[in-house]
Amino acid sequence: MAQASIHRWKHYYTPATVAEAVDILHRYDGEARVVGGGTDLLVETRRGLHKPVTAMVDVTHIEGLNEISVEDDYIVIGCGVTHSQIVSDERIVEHGTCLTESCGVIGGPQVRNVGTLAGNVAHALPAGDGTIGLLALGGEIEVSGIDGAWWMPLRNSFRGPGKSFIDRSRQVLTRLRFRPTGVGEGSAHHRVMRPQGLCLPIISMGVRVAAGTDNVISDARISMGPVGPVPYLAEPAMEVLIGGPASASQFEKATEVALQNVELRASKYRATREYRERMVRTFLPVILERAVERAGARPL
Amino acid sequence: MRTLRITLNGRPVEVDVHESRYLSEVLRGELGLKGTKIGCNEAECGICTVLVNGTPVSSCVFPAFKAQGAVVETIENLSSDGKLHPLQQAFLDQGAVQCGICTPGMIMTAKALIDEKGTALTEDHIRTALKDTYCRCTGYGSIVRAILQAARGESPEASNPEGTGSAVGRSMPNPNARAKIDGSARFTDDYVFPGTLYARTKRAGVPHARVRSIDTAAAKELSGVHAVLTHEDVPGHNRHGLVIDDWPVLCDDKVRYAGDAVAIVAADSEEIAAAAIDLIAVEYEELPVVADALQAAEDASPLVHDGRSDGNVLKHIKVDKGDIEAGLAAADVVVDRTYRTQCAEHLFLEPECSIGIPAGYDPSAYGGSVDSQAVRGETARHDKTTIYVGSQIPYQDRSQTAAALGVEPDAVRVVATLTGGGFGGKEDITGQIHVALLAEKTGRPVKMLYSRQESLLVHPKRHPTVIRIRIGANNDGTLTAVQATLYGDAGAYASLSEKVLTRATTHATGPYEAPNVKVDCFAMYTNNAPSGAFRGFGVTQSCFAVESSMDILAEELGIDPVELRHKNALDIGRTTSTGQVLRESAGLRECIDKVASDMRGEDFRWSWEEGDSRFAWGIAVAYKNTGLGGGAPDKASAEIEVWRGDETRAEVRISSAELGQNLPGVLAACAAEELGIPAENVSVLLGDTDFCPDGGPTTASRQSFVSGNAVRLAAREAAADEGEHVLLRYDYEAPQTQPLGQGGDMHFAFSFCAQAALVEVDMTTGEVHVRKVVAAHDIGRALNPLTLKGQIEGGIVMALGYTLTEHYIQEDGKPWTRLMARYKMPSITHAPEIVSHVVEHPVSAGPFGAKGAGELPSIPTTAAITNAIYRATGVRVRSLPVDQDELLRAHADGADTAELGWGDLEPVPHVAFGGEA
Repeated sequence: MAQASIHRWKHYYTPATVAEAVDILHRYDGEARVVGGGTDLLVETRRGLHKPVTAMVDVTHIEGLNEISVEDDYIVIGCGVTHSQIVSDERIVEHGTCLTESCGVIGGPQVRNVGTLAGNVAHALPAGDGTIGLLALGGEIEVSGIDGAWWMPLRNSFRGPGKSFIDRSRQVLTRLRFRPTGVGEGSAHHRVMRPQGLCLPIISMGVRVAAGTDNVISDARISMGPVGPVPYLAEPAMEVLIGGPASASQFEKATEVALQNVELRASKYRATREYRERMVRTFLPVILERAVERAGARPL
Repeated sequence: MRTLRITLNGRPVEVDVHESRYLSEVLRGELGLKGTKIGCNEAECGICTVLVNGTPVSSCVFPAFKAQGAVVETIENLSSDGKLHPLQQAFLDQGAVQCGICTPGMIMTAKALIDEKGTALTEDHIRTALKDTYCRCTGYGSIVRAILQAARGESPEASNPEGTGSAVGRSMPNPNARAKIDGSARFTDDYVFPGTLYARTKRAGVPHARVRSIDTAAAKELSGVHAVLTHEDVPGHNRHGLVIDDWPVLCDDKVRYAGDAVAIVAADSEEIAAAAIDLIAVEYEELPVVADALQAAEDASPLVHDGRSDGNVLKHIKVDKGDIEAGLAAADVVVDRTYRTQCAEHLFLEPECSIGIPAGYDPSAYGGSVDSQAVRGETARHDKTTIYVGSQIPYQDRSQTAAALGVEPDAVRVVATLTGGGFGGKEDITGQIHVALLAEKTGRPVKMLYSRQESLLVHPKRHPTVIRIRIGANNDGTLTAVQATLYGDAGAYASLSEKVLTRATTHATGPYEAPNVKVDCFAMYTNNAPSGAFRGFGVTQSCFAVESSMDILAEELGIDPVELRHKNALDIGRTTSTGQVLRESAGLRECIDKVASDMRGEDFRWSWEEGDSRFAWGIAVAYKNTGLGGGAPDKASAEIEVWRGDETRAEVRISSAELGQNLPGVLAACAAEELGIPAENVSVLLGDTDFCPDGGPTTASRQSFVSGNAVRLAAREAAADEGEHVLLRYDYEAPQTQPLGQGGDMHFAFSFCAQAALVEVDMTTGEVHVRKVVAAHDIGRALNPLTLKGQIEGGIVMALGYTLTEHYIQEDGKPWTRLMARYKMPSITHAPEIVSHVVEHPVSAGPFGAKGAGELPSIPTTAAITNAIYRATGVRVRSLPVDQDELLRAHADGADTAELGWGDLEPVPHVAFGGEA
């Protein structure tokens, strides 16, 4: 039982520009690590779960990146933006509801006041609530490295449980964005927890639906976790919904298809497979209906 | 090193600090602001909350340089010129301060909320904002009332009448509360002694092994290390223990649980001490693990302690009354069930901390001066080995330390500091002996502060039990027989197991008269963490079993569960399971009546449905002895000094421990009442073995009664002496009791209670919410109604956690619960509305009629909740804590029991009565 050592870094940087952040990372050549709010990373570092690094590069002080803005049809969230900021942002409440719902259930107030959505996404947990919410919205992320910055779909960033294609010792997840829900679109998130000693969701699910006044679903996205090593986009279930009526029977059908295409597992002290399945079956139709209602359509 | 620039409490501050420091460390260390407390270093408990740019953050995981340029506000900023912030005043008025360790974080979190919401603040806002700021003592009710009072600018209700000479029965804040709300109160880790070294412990890490060798050479060579000690360096007795001295100070031949101490280190810094610990190499021969009490009882089980004739049986405890076979044969109905309770952790929010000071310590040698708050009087130099510790039993800390040092007890002084919660978990030795050894070895003060994770690993827990109970009754509900067999997992060392499980055994019949009783209890050694005292002292477990079965019995007989309890309730003239005839002070039936009448308000229904939820009520009753009992002499000595002048003042001295329950307030009231002066004129010094006579252990709900009597009678003698200056000591001995098995008075008083719980079960998820608890407690006399209410509310919420959220999980002797994140105590979101009635059936020998109150509120809550769950769902929970997954599965399958609690991998095991194979 490793027990005693206290894992600490030597330098703590708070760069004011992306260029500066990337430059520091480059200089340390793998011996530095990007930190956002630190509410997961630093707790894990204390426990000795990460390779000790020489420097921490705190990216929450970068000018312009601790705010939420609207640019080119996107809502853009800087890497310094906390969950609390997202929860209280009227634009996201209105046009990215499932993200405010999912960020609003992360940790407690003290964690939400410091933890960032960028950190949640970079952590790449199979059921990070913020990540599940953004995935349902069709989010994208901007990665900045020494060779410049590029956007990529969020769904392509996951490599494995807790592993992202973003190299946190060399790259910064600088911004996140999604197309706001507009007329005829709505979103919703729900998760199931237990009150005992595990801070991880039993199931976390987000949906985004476009449904016209004719009650036909023209687009749908469903995100789920944990149903595998990485956050999951339930494409077969989405296909069931698209083009069909926004009806309870369709929601149930889509839920069954979602369940058929994932391998739900039992996890010790967290949930049995049967319970997870029951929760998906209970709540996926509920949030689909809620999203449709938010789209202004009336489910049949 | 880099310069950190912040605006701290309104003033610009520049300080050079290491870039690896967290804000909490800089505030408490370099900046000397000890008001910010640290509970977990995991961002879980919230007690370290400070405001950064007006926003609450957990300072324990907030890097100091993240705050570069920010405005930081701590508890020290709230009052100005001695004038309290309205929140601080409200926390005092509402009794929202008990142990006080969470108070600064709680107040800072609340301040940000009030700043944001102003008078629009609602109770929902409070529940959202305080979700992750934990309090283990209050049950949150008083905190909610305080925040609402402050936000609305109200004065407290007129429930605190101005006393004029009358002290007993008056609602007054804990005398320590004032210092706890402004951050000036000092807990052990807050003391500063120049020249201090930092200590750490090498833990076994394996549950059961023979120690082949311990190599400390590399650790000793590390620069900055001052001492590395093993069992070979213990000059005296290398064992400690409150009942049986079987617990090694430092392990020699064997390790018996993962938290065992093998070596200790003192170094210039915590970091160096930690590095040195990792350099100590211990070679083990691992042995088969005894993982639970039933395995321990098997013939083929490995032995935890070699060479014992009873194998792993620490104690077989028996209660025998009447003729059990005849009683069962005479019954019309027999209910026979087996229950299981889990291991539970106290989770006091202040981890253990001890500071050892060597005899002859001179702070000026380190360029410092004597800490005026850490010493008392001119004679109190550190002329002997001194230990500062938040202790529940200062005199036994002293005797156990002296034995290990190989010196006489009075060569050691124990100074009990403020304690950030105990609940029974700070009765055994943790770091006390280790710091004394290291201080004497190095000649320097030595501080040993456990991390939260170490605290979880090391200190004794609540006994896991398996309890089979059968209750026989006539068709009219009269009990004819109760038989029970209990297996209690005592863990690796004896601690207080024998006493705790004796209480579980004698209280196994519930507070009922049963003519024929047979109870067998086996306290078993295992390789789990030791089990010891925990609020309720074994009665919590057996109450869950008997009160669950009483509800089943009521259903089988078709009798109302309230009526069944009322019918069989102990009362004056009735006899307990151990043959004690109650002669006075048995208010159980009044408690039942009060609770039933409240519960059965207008439109009462036992259960109903609303949407996806099912609601139902459940009821349970309990009793709990006051004092040690069982023939043990129960004594307390108190010293009183009275100065008469224009105004009469007094000081009371007794070693008994204050854990937040307001012992100083109660003792001051007892003395003031006798002296005819206001309680404010009596100061109370507790826990310093050089200045305070022995008040005995703070356990067994005994302090109000035993120490209260010692102080009251000392004051009475002082009142009779009209001198201007009176100094005297009174040695009080509580009424004699009889050992178990001899009949007669096993205890000199019992407290009684009834509680009803209203639960909501969400049938889509199986989640259980307790919406309301109605309670009535007969505690003889409310010496201080305000702080009594706090004990009751806090006890109920603590039991709610035991029922729904808490399980200290050990897998084959290895703790899975290694983090606070894996052990959830109730947060404010779990706290129900509590309606609490006090029933006063005075006991003649008690101070002003009072008997114990500390443990009772935690005892019946669990069964009240699970009885309600059964009524709501048709599923009887027989293993704790309630698991929503299993509850829903059982309901869906049409099963009537849930045999898996959260964390259980196997159903409740089979147990034969009397321990037969």
